[in-house]
Amino acid sequence: MWNYTDKVKDHFLNPRNVGEIADADGIGEVGSLACGDALKLFFKLDAEKKRIADARFKTFGCASAIASSSALTEIIKGLTLEEASKISNEDIAHYLGGLPKEKMHCSVMGREALEAAIANYRGIALPMAQGELVCECFGVTDLEIRRAIQESNLRTVEEVTNFTKAGGGCGKCVDRIQEIILEVRHEGRHDKAGAGAPKRLTNIQKIKMIEDLLEREVRPALRRDGGDIELIDVDGDFVSVSLRGACVSCKKSQTTLKEYVEKKLREQVLDSLIVVEN
Amino acid sequence: MDNVIYMDNNATTKVADEVLEAMRPYFADLYGNPSSMHSFGGQVGRHIAAAREKIAAILGATPEEIIFTSCGTESDSTAILSSLQSLPAKRHIVITRVEHPAVKHLCESLDSLTGHKHRITQLPVEKDGTLDLARYEESLTEDTAVVSVMWANNETGVTFPIAAMAAMAKSRGILFHTDAVQAVGKIPIDLAKVPVDFLSLSGHKLHASKGIGVLYVRKGTPFVPFMVGGHQERGRRGGTENTAAIVGLGKACELAQANLTKENTLVRALRDKLENGLLAAVPHAILNGHQTERLPNTTNISFEFVEGEAILLHLDRFNICASSGSACTSGSLEPSHVLRAMGVPFTAAHGSVRLSLSVYNTEAEVDIVLAKLPPIIAELRAMSPFWESSHSGSVGHSQCDCKCS
Repeated sequence: MWNYTDKVKDHFLNPRNVGEIADADGIGEVGSLACGDALKLFFKLDAEKKRIADARFKTFGCASAIASSSALTEIIKGLTLEEASKISNEDIAHYLGGLPKEKMHCSVMGREALEAAIANYRGIALPMAQGELVCECFGVTDLEIRRAIQESNLRTVEEVTNFTKAGGGCGKCVDRIQEIILEVRHEGRHDKAGAGAPKRLTNIQKIKMIEDLLEREVRPALRRDGGDIELIDVDGDFVSVSLRGACVSCKKSQTTLKEYVEKKLREQVLDSLIVVEN
Repeated sequence: MDNVIYMDNNATTKVADEVLEAMRPYFADLYGNPSSMHSFGGQVGRHIAAAREKIAAILGATPEEIIFTSCGTESDSTAILSSLQSLPAKRHIVITRVEHPAVKHLCESLDSLTGHKHRITQLPVEKDGTLDLARYEESLTEDTAVVSVMWANNETGVTFPIAAMAAMAKSRGILFHTDAVQAVGKIPIDLAKVPVDFLSLSGHKLHASKGIGVLYVRKGTPFVPFMVGGHQERGRRGGTENTAAIVGLGKACELAQANLTKENTLVRALRDKLENGLLAAVPHAILNGHQTERLPNTTNISFEFVEGEAILLHLDRFNICASSGSACTSGSLEPSHVLRAMGVPFTAAHGSVRLSLSVYNTEAEVDIVLAKLPPIIAELRAMSPFWESSHSGSVGHSQCDCKCS
């Protein structure tokens, strides 16, 4: 059960401004049925075309999505477009007395619908949609991810997923999100890229380092006893090897693999590697 | 809370009054350790033996084949890890895509847990949640150590042909485990006729307390303990017996066996009335799961164009307890793995609601749900941007065929 504030419950059970505006000045649509939540926002300007006179919404989604939409329409009524364009997802969450962290993307959806509606009124393309598509499952661009990292001071992929949904589907883009987090946070600190970042190896680098180590230290030691070792495959953390020569019939070969080869690989290449015999 | 309409019995169940009464003495008066030499503790051992017999009886097993554990998850882990240790040369496991996380996540983390690489076959299911037996047979190989397939699915109630599947595994020397936590007490089980090696059950799914589970291990099946310690459970599971819960589970199994006919007539009739009523009252409502190869107490219905969490929270206002396969209720962003494996479109999976009944539900409660749920769906649909546009046939990749224009 989610821990919703009374304000969230109130706006969910008694949503304000549900509906459509037939002659709306701006309409913004975000999300989709497949994503699990979607919001269609309508606003109407006053006679001078200065301030938002009316705002209405239709939402498909969970309690916090409905409450965020209701809150958004209440917040923007009476604002100029200039003022409205400064509304952030944090403003929506704050209006509701906070949202569970896993539900922050509902407030982000509200803000994005507002941006889309204003862009629709001004007849311009949505700036956030112009970036590189990072998360294909939920259609999230790098620009949206970068902004969320900056504005809400996000540090981990999990936090980015909570705010933007990016990475919450198949998970293929998780590495890319991690890179974006490092990029944004290093830009923010005017730091040299890569400093202090955790060691990350590409597969090729990993295989090369393992080969080098086997050649340099392991093989000479095994050959002294008439044995040998061959690298068969590297799959994630699993290093698959085959023992040759005297090692094949040696009773201590398993101990050699785990206590000697695996230990060496963990010390010098990656401490998560697991050696298996093919 | 007063007047709770509890239709979430696949999540957990009420402890039966008779079970609570049976458990009560073991907290204050009969607190002795059954392993003790004195008769004060020793008498508890006799009550545990009696409970073991009742549990064996509901399964068609012998008391020696019953091992007490702490929960269904422990039973699942014990069975699978024991099988892999008994057959160390084999590294292939067959499960289904709709297994409970207790089996699915364990198998997915076996490599890092054991330091050995394993191959896991996750069998797909049909649109109605059933399995293709020919496909299952093809998946069994020389390298297969164990098959772990649930007897009944927790989300849809769909049952698998465990007797036939276990026989196919047995003839190839493959161990067979079934997670039967949803099946025991709801459908007849006779292990004298069904050749499984291991079966898991969980107390709190059949009106006993939480914190007690059972692993059935067939006589002659190789076994390696998971919890290592004292001599309890004849050395097969260390740890002082949870005496109150064990005695309670014995009582619960006795009640479940007595209620089995009621479960398959009365509860089934209530479920059918609820299901048919909802499908008739709400347009764009779809039943998830096979119509008949299914537990008598479970119904899982998708209400298109609305989201499950919103439905549950509206039901909550009327003290109606149900659950959903929507992404928002799971804490993840994707809807239930069971519904996705069945190919239920996302548009419908997000709006799924599971109602699971027990012998404690009444027809009056079913009538209340039938009165309250359809207006909730209508209200949420009026708010949904997809509902009205669905009537022009544009959303959900299908033409609107309902008659409610």
